[in-house]
Amino acid sequence: MKFPDLSMSNPIRLRDLIRQIRSAKTAAEERAVVQKECAYIRDSFRDEDNTWRCRNVAKLLYVSLLGYPAHFGQLECLKLIASTRFTDKRIGYLGAMLLLDERQDIHVLITNSLKNDLNHSNQYIAGLALCALGSICSPEMSRDLGGEVEKLMKSSNPYLKKKAVLCAVRIIRKVPEQFDVFQNSIRSLLSEKNHGVLLTATALIIEMCKQNSQALQIFRKLVPNLVRILKNLIMSGYSPEHDVSGISDPFLQVHLLRLMRILGRNDIEASETMNDILAQVSTNTENSKNVGNAILYETVLTIMDIKSESGLRVLAVNILGRFLLNNDKNIRYVALNTLLRVVHADHNAVQRHRATIVECLKDADVSIKRRAMELCFALINSNNIRTMITEMLTFLGTCEPEFKADCTSNMFLAMERFSPSKRWHVDQMIKVLTTAGNSVRDDIVSSLIGIISSAPDLHGYTAYQLFKIIRNDITQQPLVQVALWTLGEFGDLFVSEQYQHTDDQENIQVSEEEIVNILEKILNWSISTVITREYAINALMKLSTRFPSCSDQIQSVMTVYACNMNLELQTRAVEYTALFTKHNPIRSSIVQRMPVLVSTQTSNTNNEETTYEQEDSSSTNGISSVTQNEPVEDLFKILDEPSHTNGSNNLNSHNNIFDLLNSDDQQINTSSTPLEDILFDDNLPKSQSNNNFTSSIPSMNVIDKNGLCVTFQFEKQDQLLLIHLQATNSTQTPIKNFTFKAAVPKTFTLELLPPTSTTIPSNNTGDIRQIIKISNPNKEKLRMRIKINYSYNDSQMNDEAELNSFPQQCYN
Amino acid sequence: RQGKLRLQKWYTSQTDKSKKKITREIIAAVLSRKPKMSSFLEWKDLKVVYKRYASLYFCCAIEQDDNELLTLETIHRYVELLDKYFGSVCELDIIFNFEKAYFIFDEFILGGEVQETSKKSVLKAVNDQDVIQEEELEEKRSVLEDLGLA
Repeated sequence: MKFPDLSMSNPIRLRDLIRQIRSAKTAAEERAVVQKECAYIRDSFRDEDNTWRCRNVAKLLYVSLLGYPAHFGQLECLKLIASTRFTDKRIGYLGAMLLLDERQDIHVLITNSLKNDLNHSNQYIAGLALCALGSICSPEMSRDLGGEVEKLMKSSNPYLKKKAVLCAVRIIRKVPEQFDVFQNSIRSLLSEKNHGVLLTATALIIEMCKQNSQALQIFRKLVPNLVRILKNLIMSGYSPEHDVSGISDPFLQVHLLRLMRILGRNDIEASETMNDILAQVSTNTENSKNVGNAILYETVLTIMDIKSESGLRVLAVNILGRFLLNNDKNIRYVALNTLLRVVHADHNAVQRHRATIVECLKDADVSIKRRAMELCFALINSNNIRTMITEMLTFLGTCEPEFKADCTSNMFLAMERFSPSKRWHVDQMIKVLTTAGNSVRDDIVSSLIGIISSAPDLHGYTAYQLFKIIRNDITQQPLVQVALWTLGEFGDLFVSEQYQHTDDQENIQVSEEEIVNILEKILNWSISTVITREYAINALMKLSTRFPSCSDQIQSVMTVYACNMNLELQTRAVEYTALFTKHNPIRSSIVQRMPVLVSTQTSNTNNEETTYEQEDSSSTNGISSVTQNEPVEDLFKILDEPSHTNGSNNLNSHNNIFDLLNSDDQQINTSSTPLEDILFDDNLPKSQSNNNFTSSIPSMNVIDKNGLCVTFQFEKQDQLLLIHLQATNSTQTPIKNFTFKAAVPKTFTLELLPPTSTTIPSNNTGDIRQIIKISNPNKEKLRMRIKINYSYNDSQMNDEAELNSFPQQCYN
Repeated sequence: RQGKLRLQKWYTSQTDKSKKKITREIIAAVLSRKPKMSSFLEWKDLKVVYKRYASLYFCCAIEQDDNELLTLETIHRYVELLDKYFGSVCELDIIFNFEKAYFIFDEFILGGEVQETSKKSVLKAVNDQDVIQEEELEEKRSVLEDLGLA
């Protein structure tokens, strides 16, 4: 034994060092104290001083907590662990856990000491070893010592048992193959009375099931045991040792519920076994304090995740609804979170709590607000669209900037799906743009322009509304851009009194000059973005023909901008100037009003074509690019129904609009029947078609082949032609997955409503009906190309046809 | 205000530099929370649950499928244990007896999982070990005295 150096005083005690460090007035002073002491400690380690090693390592651990390097103490920890004194081991193991981890090589040197200590007769020493192993073991150590740990799992001492079990959790995480070593001991653990053992055993089973589907099957058999344990916990009387606010061992309860969730998932039998106990916990747990709510929360998660019966699910959603009313914001937070996860599966149950969810939009906590917002969007349907959009507008006006982009995009999508009318839609979108300012995503501008374009009867109204706004405020770029486009296209409609708004009592007295002046102001304003100015210059150009009196003014603007520093603006201005001078004759046809957008939307899907603005410098595909954030994608997921849309992407191929049908086809198996067979004399009425209405227009057979018969019946409704499609099947086998697509020339608009079904029963016992709405403002001869797909006897069938022989009354 | 770390326990291996960075980020995030906010914040792919007791914040990073409300109970249980052990615990107790705070922690939680739900059992284990330490200290003192070295 080496005698301590008497010339030096004993190393200072830990608390004295702490006092010294804390009394340092500056960071530099503290550093000096620490460095001096560390130097002393380093020397002392070098001198192999056994007596004070423990104290020195403790001090080192303290300074490492403050952020100072302490790696030179790692080896010393090992020496302490190897010592026979408990005090040394206690500090040594603590040091190992704080200073060592898998990344160091020294780490494996502990293995031997660990092995010895795991077998020590003193349970606390074995406990220290298990604790260290459970915190920092590496895969190698796991393999070396797995057997020792398993032995301890079988110990009769619950103190060691529970620690060994948790060690095993880490071991199988590091080395999943070790599962075999441990799996046999588990079952007996569950019959222990000791709560620590039960708790840790549950944790181990959970870990095993997470890793290994084989484990899932094995442990599913234990579900009755788990139910029994949980039941005993709830029914047993007051047990002071494990009680928390009147609830018996909430930690164990939650663990059991969690394990049940994992075992019941996707397994009906296991789920059934749990039904009763879950209902019992849901109804009997005291919910005045956080601890009870923690259990209820776990119960709800379990109910929603397993194959529970619907009554139980409604019970769970109601618990969440109650949570939303709780004063405790933590509970509101978890409720919203969970509701967001289940809203699609249990939509109706969640709808009942819509009002409360809307209230949460006003919460002070940002995360709660965000979840409430996402939930609100998930709950919008055609019944509540008006009230919900009003709520969301209020929210938009007061929310943090980080929400605005998502909120506007989602509002836009919701309105596309559920708008009760075009006019309401346009009004609301304008409100959104005025409220959201500049936080709107770029593609919203193009999408809104698309919507405005597709509502011809609203052109004048929209232009006027937008004009009123930008007359007073030109700071909000997205709004200004939409306004510029609309005014450029349709400004003449309200100025020249072609537009009469019936309920608006205001006298519309806007002169052409006023409009042109505002556009010019926007163009010249330095705060307008380049894109806005590009819109402005285009709009002005269009107005040069619509407002001939201002043509000179506009021409001079163009001349000025022909020298502008911005290349894009300059190019346009130069071209436009040419249109005034050299190419004046064609000016009016170049800036002619655009055709109304062929919007082939169904009420289910959102394929707004947006490639209408040839000079549009912003993104051209509206809806498809608004899929960046989670809630938007969720909306799309619900929309995944069999699509009945027409071809969606190629409006720009002006050459052949019939390409619309082919744009989304991968492989076309054209049927061998020539076209002539399909077209019939349109005066031949079909006796089997049920006429639900009398129409003066004769019906038309579209397809009559192989037992499939498709007819059109016509009805005129105001300016629209309604085509009632009926498809019947006279064969012995039903026709499945029937889809109908149609395309019309550019000057028409076509709207395809969803069909009554996609299956045509056999032997004419039923039919599919679908409505097609056609508008034909130019009163041209109607032509249509159609395509049908269906499955028949497990093979895919296709048919195409071009229809040219519509009855004249359809389009006169 | 800058947060000072009093205790830390890691269950994944990280470089010191990375540990410091993570600690700094989480401390900053927690300290910037206002009183009206919930006790949970999202951090990377984990959830951080925090609770304030007097001048100390206790923070726990848990995984997505862990129960946040129960974590609050876990934190509370640890504080109760400290309180029982030190008798009306205050921050200074934890500063000057940090190793004891760790010893208590290690009897309550192992490898990131709760190992014992009985307060009595946890404290008994800690106290028994304290007794062993005291007995050894007595031994050592008398040896040194014998040798005239104390």
